Amino acid sequence: MRNFRKFLTCAGLALALTLPAAASLRAEIVLKRGNGAEPESLDPAISTGVPESFIQIDIFEGLVHPGPDGTLRPGVAESWQVSDDGLTYTFKLRPDAVWSDGSPLTAKDFIYSWARMVDPATASNYAFILWPIRNAEQITKGEMPKDRLAAEAVDDHTLKVTLRAPTAYFLQMLMHHSAYPVPRQAIEKFGPEWTRPGNIVTNGAYTIQEWVPQGHIKAVKNPRFRDAASVQIDIVYYYPVEEYGTELKQFRAGELHTTYDVPQEQIPWLEQNMADQFRNSPYFGTYYYGINVTREPFKSNPKLRHALAMALDRDILIKQITKGGEFPAYGWVPPGVPGYEQQQVSWAGTDQKTRVADAKKILADAGFDKSNPLKVELLYNTNDNHKKIAIAIAGMWKQFLGVETSLRNEEWKVYLESRNKKQFEVMRAAWIGDYVDPYSFLELLRGDIGEQNPAGYSNKDYDQAADKAANEKDPAARFKLLAEAEKTLLADMPIIPIYFYTQQHMVSDSVKGWQDNLMDWHPTRYLRVEK
Amino acid sequence: MLTYAARRLLGAIPTLLVILTITFFLIRLAPGGPFDGERTLPAEIERNLAAAYHLDEPLPLQYVRYLGQVLQGDFGPSFKYKDFSVTQLIWSGFPVSLQLGGTAMLLAVVIGTALGAFAALRQNSGLDYGVMGAAMVGIAVPNFVIAPLLTLVLGVHLGWLPTGGWGSWQQMLLPVLALALPQIAYIARMTRASMIELLRSNFIRTARAKGLPERVTIFRHALKGALLPVVSYLGPATAAVITGSVVIEQIFGIPGIGRYFVQGALNRDYTLVMGVVIFYGVLIIVFNLLVDLAYGLLDPRVRYD
Repeated sequence: MRNFRKFLTCAGLALALTLPAAASLRAEIVLKRGNGAEPESLDPAISTGVPESFIQIDIFEGLVHPGPDGTLRPGVAESWQVSDDGLTYTFKLRPDAVWSDGSPLTAKDFIYSWARMVDPATASNYAFILWPIRNAEQITKGEMPKDRLAAEAVDDHTLKVTLRAPTAYFLQMLMHHSAYPVPRQAIEKFGPEWTRPGNIVTNGAYTIQEWVPQGHIKAVKNPRFRDAASVQIDIVYYYPVEEYGTELKQFRAGELHTTYDVPQEQIPWLEQNMADQFRNSPYFGTYYYGINVTREPFKSNPKLRHALAMALDRDILIKQITKGGEFPAYGWVPPGVPGYEQQQVSWAGTDQKTRVADAKKILADAGFDKSNPLKVELLYNTNDNHKKIAIAIAGMWKQFLGVETSLRNEEWKVYLESRNKKQFEVMRAAWIGDYVDPYSFLELLRGDIGEQNPAGYSNKDYDQAADKAANEKDPAARFKLLAEAEKTLLADMPIIPIYFYTQQHMVSDSVKGWQDNLMDWHPTRYLRVEK
Repeated sequence: MLTYAARRLLGAIPTLLVILTITFFLIRLAPGGPFDGERTLPAEIERNLAAAYHLDEPLPLQYVRYLGQVLQGDFGPSFKYKDFSVTQLIWSGFPVSLQLGGTAMLLAVVIGTALGAFAALRQNSGLDYGVMGAAMVGIAVPNFVIAPLLTLVLGVHLGWLPTGGWGSWQQMLLPVLALALPQIAYIARMTRASMIELLRSNFIRTARAKGLPERVTIFRHALKGALLPVVSYLGPATAAVITGSVVIEQIFGIPGIGRYFVQGALNRDYTLVMGVVIFYGVLIIVFNLLVDLAYGLLDPRVRYD
């Protein structure tokens, strides 16, 4: 007991010393966030998921950082210059940037972090995000030592980065968690346990104080954060609630301020009864069906692929099945990229009746009729929502075109293997962009991307347009080239776009400053909690 | 009795080895690997990952390496939750599962046997039908119906109890109740059935004929015997309940280890699956041993010398 009191006194004293006197006078402001799932890691080089990124965005800050509306703002870098050829970026770092342990944050920290990211020994899933930096790809492939990364500390606060090609989305890409600085001092001292409370050193608005696996993560305000004065919330809890139904109940009982998602089947109820706290906004993702174009009958007949895409009534699907206010998709890249002209399939302007009539004609021309119907197998990963959509689409194909669809569902990892090995005819899939740029989507259908290509699609014109775009410095001309590529893709129709995603959250009335945005980024440092 | 226990524990080693071996190869037979995801990784990156987790080595070598680790009490790093080792994950979640499951089991034994005994003594009365009817409902209605219902009514609408989380006694009430209800039902039915049988047996008739007070006949003779089938049920049931319930943990957001059985398999998290399966195996063996030892105390026909 005496020891415990001693401990309390010491802890209290320590607390009083670290906190500014004014802060200890007012009650601490707490934000409780539903965060979807237990993080696989808090190490920016290791994690791959969205829940992790929501925590990392609060505890780390990259050279650039998303503002409350998700758009790019200066972060650790206060300014930057791009060379005329678009290959060299020179970042001026803030002289007052420090780690949460008080040590200065310099250009060398970024070089260390990025070299670690692409180092084969780190075995980072997302190493390729940094491959636009010269030599990065060769380092990951083990062809070069990691000190050959083309990033140079001109002085402590000047970082010069050379790219392998003018990469117009390079700054956007730097908002990705892979580009965050990581603390060398903690990693070298604690090894794989450096992300634990007590060990972890951060440079963002918060730092980790508690981590109970599958329980919660508690982050507290980092008083050394360069902009700590503007950070209003003192403590953030992230709860890995996987069941959206459970999460919603916790929200309704006042145990959470914000949720990660909402149960799809409850969206109409929420719109009716909790409209003021229900947030629904566009998200940078596309739900689609991939067609295996390495197999007949689809291999040699792009028209047949169009027929399947045309007979699918997206409006009914969205109104009756998904119900989340999604947007019917007639293109591959979701809307919302500033400056990029959205592309659509040629028949997007016609009404559903005309489409069905045209689709019927295509099928008849290809020799399919009642006695010889087109037979399609549709693969999806086991999930209620995918199943409902698959059944509805199979129904539309049957009703409008007489196509006989057999459904095949597989558990997630089995499905991934079937998909990669192209053991399917048509399969459901979805893609969410890593950064706000059309190439984040268009890259997927390149002929040279390997198994990732969801259709086995390969078209030289498409790849060439994408390559040209990669070397184009002028943003407008680049977008034009990418739009051309997308046009080619939509004419070939190896994938059937179905809808563009929306994202749903519950956000309590007491939380202010939450702005819906395309990447769904809501850093806690821009939020406030009012009673 | 000690030698008996020691012999049984030694005999468990080959059992565990078989469990370990089968699980090791079976999980690797499942299609897909731990690092497959929506984004297919470039081949070089996949190679780097496989090398980091020794998955590029031949299977027999991986097996020997794993066996060596386990002998040293190390279950290796989790493939999915990469900031923790499997041992750390188990030790972080098990106390929670133990507390939750242990309380639920204790509640189930006390209430279940009491209800079952009462029902047996008042066989075919209104009370009997009431208890057994309720027990049937308890068995038939699954956890994933009762638990959300409880949280909706008591948590959301009435606001009496928290709907999820872990740490305070209020947060324990609903999950313990939801976990205990079907167990109470099972135990009550089992106690009732064996009690009815025993009450008709010769030694009870003798006890009554000797003029023993009914209280002594019931508690010292009948109930003790009636508990035997309950005790055999309790061994594996306790092991199952204290290693966590994936349904209850998901619904109430409880940081136990139950979900690792399911998530581990779905994620192809080889080491995590191996860790929890071996852990569960050890618990089953220990609890079965405890059951057998308890038999020695309850049943005069069983002796371990």
